Amino acid sequence: MGVGRRMKKQGPPAPLDESKITMLKKRKAGGAEAPPKPAPAKRRRSDADEAVSKKDAPKKKKVNGAAPKADSKEPKKQPSVTKKAVPVPMSDDDEDMEDDDDEFGDLDGISEGSMDSDDEVEGLSDLEDDNSVVDSDEEGHTRGAMFSDDEDSDAEERLTAANIEGLSRKLDAEQQEEEEAAEQEMQEAALQTNIAAPDVFADQTQQGLAPDLQLLRQRITDTIRILGDLKTLGLPGKSRTDYIDLLLDDICTYYGYTRFLAEKLFNLFTPREAFAFFEANETPRPVVIRTNTLRTNRRSLAQALINRGVVLEPVGKWSKVGLQVFESPVPLGATPEYLAGHYILQAASSFLPVMALAPQPNERVLDMASAPGGKTTYMSALMRNTGCVVANDASKPRAKGLIGNIHRLGCKNTIVTNMDARTAFPKAMGGFDRVLLDAPCTGTGVISKDPGVKTSKNERDFLAIPHMQRQLLLAAIDSVDHASKTGGYIVYSTCSVTVEENEAVVQYVLRKRPNVKIVDTGLGSFGSPGLLSYMGKTFDPKMALTRRYFPHRENVDGFYVCKLKKTAVTPVAKSDDAEPRSKGPKKARSAPSAASTDDESVDKTPIVDENGHAADFEGGAFSSFEDPEDAERIARAERNRLRRKGLNPKGVLNKPKKSKVSVSEKTSETATPSQKEETEAVASKRTSNEPKSEKKTVVKGDKKQVTTEKEEKKTAAKGKVEKKEKKSAKKASK
Amino acid sequence: MRSLTEEETRTLFTKLASYTGRSLNSLITPAEDGSQSVFRLQGSRVYYVNKDIANLSVSFPRDQLLSMGTLIGKYTKTGKFRINLTALDLLAQNARYKVWIKANGVMPLLYGGSVLKAHVARFSEDCPENAGVVILDSNDVPLGFGVTARSSAQIAKLDPTSIAVHRQADAGEYLREEDTLFTT
Repeated sequence: MGVGRRMKKQGPPAPLDESKITMLKKRKAGGAEAPPKPAPAKRRRSDADEAVSKKDAPKKKKVNGAAPKADSKEPKKQPSVTKKAVPVPMSDDDEDMEDDDDEFGDLDGISEGSMDSDDEVEGLSDLEDDNSVVDSDEEGHTRGAMFSDDEDSDAEERLTAANIEGLSRKLDAEQQEEEEAAEQEMQEAALQTNIAAPDVFADQTQQGLAPDLQLLRQRITDTIRILGDLKTLGLPGKSRTDYIDLLLDDICTYYGYTRFLAEKLFNLFTPREAFAFFEANETPRPVVIRTNTLRTNRRSLAQALINRGVVLEPVGKWSKVGLQVFESPVPLGATPEYLAGHYILQAASSFLPVMALAPQPNERVLDMASAPGGKTTYMSALMRNTGCVVANDASKPRAKGLIGNIHRLGCKNTIVTNMDARTAFPKAMGGFDRVLLDAPCTGTGVISKDPGVKTSKNERDFLAIPHMQRQLLLAAIDSVDHASKTGGYIVYSTCSVTVEENEAVVQYVLRKRPNVKIVDTGLGSFGSPGLLSYMGKTFDPKMALTRRYFPHRENVDGFYVCKLKKTAVTPVAKSDDAEPRSKGPKKARSAPSAASTDDESVDKTPIVDENGHAADFEGGAFSSFEDPEDAERIARAERNRLRRKGLNPKGVLNKPKKSKVSVSEKTSETATPSQKEETEAVASKRTSNEPKSEKKTVVKGDKKQVTTEKEEKKTAAKGKVEKKEKKSAKKASK
Repeated sequence: MRSLTEEETRTLFTKLASYTGRSLNSLITPAEDGSQSVFRLQGSRVYYVNKDIANLSVSFPRDQLLSMGTLIGKYTKTGKFRINLTALDLLAQNARYKVWIKANGVMPLLYGGSVLKAHVARFSEDCPENAGVVILDSNDVPLGFGVTARSSAQIAKLDPTSIAVHRQADAGEYLREEDTLFTT
């Protein structure tokens, strides 16, 4: 993907082109606002009266003189306007923005004018630049239209024989102008209703051409403005959906998102804020380093780096160990201080989950997905190398970097493991005082760091990844010791902004584990609260205690932090859920249906029971399990399974036969009730339909029933003798 | 993971003692707060780790336990012990001989060069030839360790470009040897 378009410098556009493009709009904006400003023009008018004949010449001069002033004034005014919308500092972009928002600029100039007569002229001068003929005309109208009352009295006072003729002529002319003005105003009013709409939908015809980015951007801002006030600005025939559709298309083209992702992100915000979010994703976040308090302190580190010419300052009041680096003449990842382990390059957002977790000395803490070790080493530093930090990561290559960082920063209280956290915890080790789960995610919060996310994430990812996150979070909760005196906390965080990966996961876990509750993250007012409802789903009211971070609001990576406290043991009934969870990865691959995998298997069992009545009819074929043959097949499947796992089946199976038993239990789990009934009912009728493998899900069971029905019909037609013959032949062959 | 055998212990301690001298004892005696650190062998690698953590880590499968505490080094196939950069912390705390280098010698060292006489700011007293020595910068930050090429008395007579300390490990390895530093 490379850098986004906004990161490349785009010079300000040529003024002539710009004026051509937005001329119409400017005039409208100016014309709309100009009339209700009598005060400044009045003064100017009286000037004009004193020298009627010379009126035009000085006025023109004044206008020309003021024109540059207007230009110089606008840029000053503009940034404040744009910055309100986009808090991210973008020094280069301001000029761009200003040009794009020209219609706003005009409004500004004019509203200033009400306070200061010079500025009024400037506002009008803008108009005059565009088209002097039309504008001089316009000037006349507005004046005439507005001030005729005052003027009359003025004129009458100074009425003398000498100028009577000239004045009366002038009055006539003014009257005429007045009429014209009224007419034009009518026309403008008609145009006014669809001020930007024609522009927005006009350019859509040129499909094959490469998009003109500047026009595109202009259209995006226009559409957003219209969406802000659809009633007055929108076209009569177009609905909100049309505008949003257009806006999303433009955003996809302009920023290079897939439509799916753009829509997902767009839905999180208001149109204006979404635009700011997309913009912020194009600018890099500040470089932040974290002081390693095991080796040094922030003051001396800052001093050492300043001596190397690095420009830095504390990252903010919320962190005592962060330093924001503005510029550095040396590579920050290779200074002697870095190699001596005095600091680590770490995004500001990844301080937050550790601060929320707040590990205490002498605790046992788990980091479930720890590479590359920024958070792990921070935890270790907070615990001052006491207690124990178990740092797990599922990827071995990534764990290398983790070990490197741990040793470089001198963390001595760590154990590094390479396991699948979904299944390994709490099996391998439980009873942790605190668990940090910085879950693997789609990375929609760090698009500025990895623009590949824009195109690489599809619908499937947004189902499979939240599913994995649920499994991980359940494992995390189960690994925590609720009776811990100092802890019992779980912190869940992702570097993603979507609701599916954040609130929805936490909500799911709250339902599955009634023994946890959301508690305050302890991060103060930094960040915005979690969502309480989204697209018709409502979440736990305490979800407001979780924290969201956005690139366009806090200028950190998009992030989510939720702190949970485990208050009691997980109820026994709930521990059943742990069973399907342990088989998680398989299921995730086969059917990534996000929330419901666990429920599904539970829900469908009774259906089999229900059919118990029909079992005689249906299950006649279905039920008959031939135990010896089953055992044979089960054993074979088990051997295959072990071989797939890379184990020697002979070695494993001959020893305890534990796994075999558990497997056969598993198979019977789903079908036991029906099986028993059926075997009793039709013990004599034994046909050949038994499970083909031990991997027996309920879905398969359903299918089997269907097939059995069919086969029964067949057997009815053909007679059972044939089949039994086949059967015996099979047996013989074995 | 297991504790070291007699022979392994002897090899390891001989090696460590060449850097630490008598203060090797402080490594194996319990600290004043009662916590004790132990040496543990995992594969061919030796870790120096708090005893509690060592006891906790037995619950993880061997092939999935990648590291614990501080990696000291590894046994070669011939039974010698090769000390690793990561032991630097440990050595620096208990070092018998130290050499401080000037700012102009830091970068050459971090790029893998030896310490030249011109870079030496200060030397420990009465350091013999071929003794293990920890290299520190002028702010007492340990940067690596090596073996002296000459005794401290002789070094004074050397010309500036001759090698004073042969480098064995330096902090630059965290970058240079990133891929191989922790391969098991």
